[in-house]
Amino acid sequence: MNNMSSQTEIDEAEIRSRRTIEIVNQGLKRRRAAEKRFRFYGKLAISMGMLFLVVLFASIVSKGYTAFLQTYVKLDVYIDEQKIDPQGTRESETLSRANYGALVKSTLRGMFPDVKSRRDKKDLYALVSNGADFEIRKRVMENPALIGQTLSLWVPADDDVDMLLKGHINREGAESERRLKDNQLRWIDQMWEQGRMEKRFNTTFFTAGDSRDPELAGIWGAVSGSFLTLIVTLLLSFPIGVAAAVYLEEFAPKNHLTDIIEVNINNLAAVPSIVFGLLGLAMFINLFGLPRSAPLVGGLVLSLMTLPTIIIASRAALKSVPPSIREAALGVGASPQQAMMYHVLPLAMPGILTGTIIGMAQALGETAPLLMIGMVAFIVDIPGNVFDPSTVLPVQIFLWADSPERAFVERTSAAIMVLLTFLIAMNAIAVVLRKRFERRW
Amino acid sequence: MQAPTIIIALLILSSVSYYLGRKRAFAVAQGHIRKLHSLPLYYGLYTAIWAGVPALLLLAFWFMFEDTMITHLVVADLPAHIADQGADRLNLVINDIKNMVNGNIVSSQINPAMQAAADHYKQLQSTSHILVAIIALCLAVGSGSLMLTKIKAKQRARNAVESFLTVVLILCSSIAILTTIGILLSVLFESIRFFRAVPITEFIFGLEWSPQTAIRADQVGSSGAFGAVPLFAGTLLISFIAMLVAVPIGLMSAIFLSEYAGPKVRATAKPLLEILAGIPTVVYGFFAALSVAPFIRDTGGLLGLDVASESALAAGLVMGIMIIPFVSSLSDDVINAVPQSLRDGAYGLGATQSETIRRVIFPAALPGIVGGILLAVSRAIGETMIVVMAAGLAANLTANPLEAVTTVTVQIVTLLTGDQEFDSPKTLAAFALGLMLFTVTLVLNVIALHVVRKYREQYE
Repeated sequence: MNNMSSQTEIDEAEIRSRRTIEIVNQGLKRRRAAEKRFRFYGKLAISMGMLFLVVLFASIVSKGYTAFLQTYVKLDVYIDEQKIDPQGTRESETLSRANYGALVKSTLRGMFPDVKSRRDKKDLYALVSNGADFEIRKRVMENPALIGQTLSLWVPADDDVDMLLKGHINREGAESERRLKDNQLRWIDQMWEQGRMEKRFNTTFFTAGDSRDPELAGIWGAVSGSFLTLIVTLLLSFPIGVAAAVYLEEFAPKNHLTDIIEVNINNLAAVPSIVFGLLGLAMFINLFGLPRSAPLVGGLVLSLMTLPTIIIASRAALKSVPPSIREAALGVGASPQQAMMYHVLPLAMPGILTGTIIGMAQALGETAPLLMIGMVAFIVDIPGNVFDPSTVLPVQIFLWADSPERAFVERTSAAIMVLLTFLIAMNAIAVVLRKRFERRW
Repeated sequence: MQAPTIIIALLILSSVSYYLGRKRAFAVAQGHIRKLHSLPLYYGLYTAIWAGVPALLLLAFWFMFEDTMITHLVVADLPAHIADQGADRLNLVINDIKNMVNGNIVSSQINPAMQAAADHYKQLQSTSHILVAIIALCLAVGSGSLMLTKIKAKQRARNAVESFLTVVLILCSSIAILTTIGILLSVLFESIRFFRAVPITEFIFGLEWSPQTAIRADQVGSSGAFGAVPLFAGTLLISFIAMLVAVPIGLMSAIFLSEYAGPKVRATAKPLLEILAGIPTVVYGFFAALSVAPFIRDTGGLLGLDVASESALAAGLVMGIMIIPFVSSLSDDVINAVPQSLRDGAYGLGATQSETIRRVIFPAALPGIVGGILLAVSRAIGETMIVVMAAGLAANLTANPLEAVTTVTVQIVTLLTGDQEFDSPKTLAAFALGLMLFTVTLVLNVIALHVVRKYREQYE
């Protein structure tokens, strides 16, 4: 009897378990499909991220690579003594004030003798950049013997001509909708066929300061400004950041003040950058009276911004040095500070430097706080020291992006490419540094 | 003598004292360095600190007050008809005098009285510079040589140097606090001045934003309304769009990378994704304004929608792309912190991988993920360049992502770039907006960091 009942119980259990298996099996298909779907979503998300990256880079490179070439026009300029130095004094003041534009104009008229009307002449002159005058002046100033001779030189073409030859202006459209008129197109084609126009490597872009004329605008001023700003940032934030990290990690007693400092540093790392700009404007410029637009102030603001990054990275690097190093140093009679200076800090240095480079890369790409302290001004001159008004590369990009000329779009993209190259180089150095010198204990 | 020259001279003096101090220590030891309390180096440092630091401090102090003092003296000597013009005019005159001294362009025409004042200023300045140079150098030489004579074998030079260094270290770490206080004070003071002109309730609850105050009384259409609600709404709208892009993509990427991807895929995909975080925001702004916004406008045009060329959608979308790596790396950390035992338990019960993630890991990681998302929101609210370049300037109160809206950061930049006078409510409004921005992001950050920290402790 007892045996019987236990037998049925076993049967029931078996039936139940079989049912469970059936239920599980029934659900399996759905669950596997869900699993596949979920995995697909994950892949989709990653590919979306990659896609954005590719689209971003592709859009910038495709817009910007043409800026590395610039159209030049070959002019055979007769340096007419009557026009630039009628008295024949050859004094540098006379030479520097002379009207070289007239030389360019007469050369152009000579190339197209059939151009008569005032308006046509004006259109013709518009094909060559204003930079031609400066180029001739430079040559003549360097070598006054050129006066009276015919000088054959390549000068930058106007940005509209450049855009046409790069295919950014639609030739077929109505004349009124084009930046270039029909007769200008004819002249350009004529010069192109004569071999008087050529696309060459755009050295101006890398050597000149900012300009209102796209064909004369370059990034060197902004690059120098960025360099000066970063030097100030590095000189301030590296020693202060490392000192703060050393104190907080190694010497600070665990008390309220240290806690507050720690919370503060973490918070500062997340404060919007523009707020630092407000600080710079109110404190450094209005209160302390430091000059506006100067790399000094830019560097001050950026070093306050990068300090948290450097402190956090340095603390992590110090933490990763095993305590045995300290203990060994203390054991042979070094003071805590000596152990720190001679043993822990050198071992943590690769990590600290990596963090510093990453912080500097952030500072290099920062724009918003610098707008607040007036580094957004139009500045042609190349800054020579940290008090000169200057701009930085990201701000230059911002300024050019706002310019209406089509030619500035490609220059903006090209400047972005330069900036990204710097950033990638810095990050690559950081990675190499980490790979090469990091020690696993 | 200019300040840099004096500083360089002091530094040279200081390094000379280092060598003298070291030499003196050797001399005192008479060839038995063991007799010294500290290494000779510390005696050198000790002398160098005494030679350099007091003089440098004096210099800093002097230059901090020099300008005020000289201006005071010059103003006291100004002819009565210039000096009695009231504070505003007087400030202009002082500015002109300073410009004349620095050889800059002067706004008004130069009159003999001002020329005299400028000469006076110049003369006082040079006297002051010579004076401070003499005093500082004497101080440096004096205290340096005094310390040099005091060097003894038993002297605890190392301890002295080390306590000095400790003070320096403490000062360096307190810069973080000083920065926070500086930010708070600089936005707070100007904001208080702003709230005197515009009531705080109007600022927070007003629905109209047009900061162009009239310069002349007869100007039309520039009443100067400072109701910031449209700005807050615009900021929230763009941040919301950004989060709609960033949270799903970032979170799913993090889940895929930490749970599914093999080490190889992880090693390539993760740094690639993080490149997105390293790209400067101005580049994103350019991308948004010149590629994404026209694309959205044209696509909308094809679908028969009227899309503004500075639509909130374009700015939000690109901002979302920027924040993806932020969300994904924070979530990645959090998901990796969930103990393996939870996963093994779920697998043991027969759960599939996705069920484990959704039912076990995700709930366990949720607080950390929420913390990360809050940080991302604070990032989105404070982001400036993308919206400055791709969002509009006009304050629209709308929830339609296809229209142009403006944000808090855009307005701060617009109000503060270019010429500005520091007493118009227009400029001060930027600081009030900055105060709002700082407070909101601070609160978000504090909550988020607290949540993340709490969560980490839970599994440690």
